[in-house]
Amino acid sequence: MTNPEKNNPGLLSSLLGGITGGGIQVVDLTMTLDQKSPTIVLPPELGQSWPFRMEEISRYDHRGPAIYWNNISCGEHTGTHFDAPIHWISGKDLPNNATDTIPPEMFIAQACVIDCSADAAEDPDYLLTIEQVEAWEEKHGRVPPRSWLLMRTDWSLKSNPVDYLNLDAAGAHTPGPHEDLVPWLIDERDVIGFGGEAVGTDAGQAQHFNLPYPCHHLMHGRGRFGLPALTNLDKLPPSGSLLITPPLKIRQGSGSPVRVLALVEPQA
Amino acid sequence: MRRHNYEGVAVCVPVTVPYSRYSLKSAHWFCGRALADLISKAGIEKNEVDGFCVSSFTLNPDSAVGLTQHLGVSPRWLDHIPMGGAAGGVALRRAARAVQSGDAEIVACMGADTNHVDTFRQTIATFSQFANDAVYPYGSGGPNSSFAFLTDYYMREYGATREDFGKICIAQRENALDVPHAMMKRPLNMEQYLNARIIAEPLRLFDCVMPCAGAEAFLVMSIERAKSLDLDYATILSTIERHNAFPEDPVQIRAGWAVDADDFYEHAGIGPEDIDVFQAYDDYPIICFMQIEDLGFCAKGEAAAFIADRNLTTQGDFPYNTSGGQLSAGQAGAGGGYLGIVETLRQLTDQTLGKAVPNAVHGLASCFGMINYDRGLCTSAAILKRSAA
Amino acid sequence: MTRKLSPPKRKNPIKRTRLPTMPPGNRSREAHGLTAMAASGRFALQTCEECEAVQYPPRQICSNCLSDALEWRDVSDGGTLLAETTLLHSNDLFFRDRLPWRLGIVVADVGPSIVVHLAEDCVQGERVRMSLDIDRAGHAIVTARTEKPSTNEEDDLQLREMKFNPKDRRVLIVDGKTELGLGLAKAFADAGARKIFVGEAQPWRVSPHLEEIRKMENVNIMPLDVTDSDSVEELAAMIGDKVEIMVNNSYHLRSGGLIDRFDLNVAHDEMEIHYHGLIRLAGEFGPVMRARGSDGHHGSVAWLNVFSAYAWVNNPALGTYSASQAAALSLSHCLRAELAEGGVRVVNAFIGPIEDEWNQLAPPPKLVPEATATRIVGALKKGIEDIPIGAVAEEIIQRMVENPKEIERAIKS
Repeated sequence: MTNPEKNNPGLLSSLLGGITGGGIQVVDLTMTLDQKSPTIVLPPELGQSWPFRMEEISRYDHRGPAIYWNNISCGEHTGTHFDAPIHWISGKDLPNNATDTIPPEMFIAQACVIDCSADAAEDPDYLLTIEQVEAWEEKHGRVPPRSWLLMRTDWSLKSNPVDYLNLDAAGAHTPGPHEDLVPWLIDERDVIGFGGEAVGTDAGQAQHFNLPYPCHHLMHGRGRFGLPALTNLDKLPPSGSLLITPPLKIRQGSGSPVRVLALVEPQA
Repeated sequence: MRRHNYEGVAVCVPVTVPYSRYSLKSAHWFCGRALADLISKAGIEKNEVDGFCVSSFTLNPDSAVGLTQHLGVSPRWLDHIPMGGAAGGVALRRAARAVQSGDAEIVACMGADTNHVDTFRQTIATFSQFANDAVYPYGSGGPNSSFAFLTDYYMREYGATREDFGKICIAQRENALDVPHAMMKRPLNMEQYLNARIIAEPLRLFDCVMPCAGAEAFLVMSIERAKSLDLDYATILSTIERHNAFPEDPVQIRAGWAVDADDFYEHAGIGPEDIDVFQAYDDYPIICFMQIEDLGFCAKGEAAAFIADRNLTTQGDFPYNTSGGQLSAGQAGAGGGYLGIVETLRQLTDQTLGKAVPNAVHGLASCFGMINYDRGLCTSAAILKRSAA
Repeated sequence: MTRKLSPPKRKNPIKRTRLPTMPPGNRSREAHGLTAMAASGRFALQTCEECEAVQYPPRQICSNCLSDALEWRDVSDGGTLLAETTLLHSNDLFFRDRLPWRLGIVVADVGPSIVVHLAEDCVQGERVRMSLDIDRAGHAIVTARTEKPSTNEEDDLQLREMKFNPKDRRVLIVDGKTELGLGLAKAFADAGARKIFVGEAQPWRVSPHLEEIRKMENVNIMPLDVTDSDSVEELAAMIGDKVEIMVNNSYHLRSGGLIDRFDLNVAHDEMEIHYHGLIRLAGEFGPVMRARGSDGHHGSVAWLNVFSAYAWVNNPALGTYSASQAAALSLSHCLRAELAEGGVRVVNAFIGPIEDEWNQLAPPPKLVPEATATRIVGALKKGIEDIPIGAVAEEIIQRMVENPKEIERAIKS
């Protein structure tokens, strides 16, 4: 027998109540893992990440009459995924830098969503600047510490992988953070990480920055995380949503595909 | 060294197990029925037959050995002759020597085969290593294609026509009409022959033998024994056999008889002009032409002219394949190799199934077999003589 | 003059597709010596080392001098047609479907009489030239043609059964992004292929070769990634029943051996593309190709794999690559056995280093992609089963046959 006296509706019950009928909306920010989804394109002489692949084990047939299941394989950084600090050389010696050692509470954090979709539509190489974040803060308040900074570009709406990767002879052309923004977000706003809709958190042309790949180098170097290849960012409010982002607990994993869920409070 | 003669040897009791196009019976059954018929007609017990000569394509996996247990006989002399169409003549000469030397007293010689629905195809599909490797994969025509080659080559070489071959087939058909078990029961005319459907050019339907089930058999014993059993018999004037003759001929245009014919007639003491009835091996008419030539009835290439002004029926001036031959009676597998001997024996002992050739004293039976690759390898022949004469 | 083959009509949807049947395949070990000669396009017969007598059909003892020293020697392919027949009846289902069928006996200049499949234009008494070909059951046979090639000779329906002429057939080139892929597309177009399907993996990686192919006529570029089971399945569902010649030119060359470049990922990619890729292609396209082996005069006939000659012997500089090629080569033998049930034959081309980016450091001679493709398609037309292309490949295979231990050691330098 449980004692109703002792089981007062607590915080979690309130949360659950909010989710099951109280207006808290659960938004799925994850792309479907599909064999046709591209992985990041690197020069062919470098090591390559495996694409997502799936082979049927059985489908109610002679291989398993009652069972349908598959073997899957992919690189850690496939589809919507979580970048751990150990992913980059700058984060290699940090404590708790891998998927199995990051404290689990770090996988729950609020999100600030900055809408750059109009800019990205105009310029695929669009870079998000400090000024634009400050302009956002004018309207929505200061980016709180330990929150995700998510860059909405609507890039994930490009269903054709060719358009999504947007490669030419000079490399990829996809939006990302300006190299000045990254240290500012860490030092001035203490974000938990940066997320976006393109195949990586850094811009497509980021290898040509003065500090190449700043979002990887600096974020991971300072123990922050990355969330690339998000989708449905247009369904999030600019602020106040809560992200749940636990990667698979891979020993010394540098990241993993992740089902990113956002809890969105009803608008007042 | 001069060849020994066949003095004292009698050939008797011609037996035919009636032919059928297809049979559910086994080759063992046909051998058994032939043996039963032989001893019944000879008036002897089974165990009095102490020698066996057996030829069959369809005894597999058995040979003559398995047959002894199957039929419950304990012969002291046993031969299995896998020479197909040439087996009858070979069986006769071996059995004769066994009897002459005393190694056996009564030898039953039999060629017997069954014909299930798929037997023929299976037989030709696994006929020989050379055939498997170098003939059957080429259209899988079986003997039709091999004899088509020989016919085509012969026709071009000697100018023979289809009408020439037709004459043989038509005469044989006429002879067959009096034989109850013959497969072909209707007369054949030249128009039907010439316009029959093409099988393998230049061969048409009536050039090709029809496979069937059946058996042919006879007994060889001493003349004394035949007399004591009161059996009509024939004696043997000569026999020959030859294998892989003329390997240097690029296409077969003559066969082993041509090597041995002179010796044959010399040994027999008679010539081709003395032959009263002639049984030629006849799965296709081309091979009949070769026998007529190679056995000295005419010169090479002249068979067409030879038969042109002769009547080949039982009542004619050149009685030939008097039971209709295989072309009309059917080809009972290895039985076809014994048919010529048995029919000659019937003619010389007045036991014909069809019409008898009047006053036949000397009969020649000739045998041919085994298209191992591009040609038939085995030939044999025997001259028999009516005993009363 | 051979009757010209009319181009295929569209398939009548209510007409049943004939099930594949095979010509008789029961051959002795000795006869498979002929198959080995036919597979490499040679006209060689057993010749006695002691008395020089040429033997046919194959055997183990010289029919002239009884020596057992018979070796396969290239001999003159000339002869004279002595006798012929046209079969309108056959005991075998394969030939029954294809009557009339023409045969002959040729007396070879080197001696033996040979039963042959006969081309339409051969005339009795005249000179012919023979070749060793491989029939739909996968075994050697001898065919004879007129001494001078006759007009439309390649349209001869009987001979077409022994060859893989792309004329009027539809081809799938698995990888259109390589230099060789482009060369093959051009060569098949030149050979009169009715349609050329060209696979494109990872469409976001632009290839100038594929762009070139895109400009050609009768070409359909289709998504195909041999590392992706779904992709292979989807394409097979779409065009599997139209592919009459499969051209598996999957190519993923990365240099490095075992100790000198210990990297499972590279090895994995090579196996994914060369080995598992072949499995996926075979599993999805194999069944329908096999079922269409007797689908008229234009039914499916051949599965061509373009392999490296290092499938025969490991080149340590390309250690894992060579191994993946060897694995695929082994698998091709399994595929050959299984496709043989439908009369579809597996042809393997073995190429030396080709002039491309990944062979930058390979010493010359290097193959020119377009010429290589032309030679591969030419060999297909001739019905050759193993096609070494270029001096490097020819030498490797020859040295492997002569002394595998020697080349195994020598290849590193």
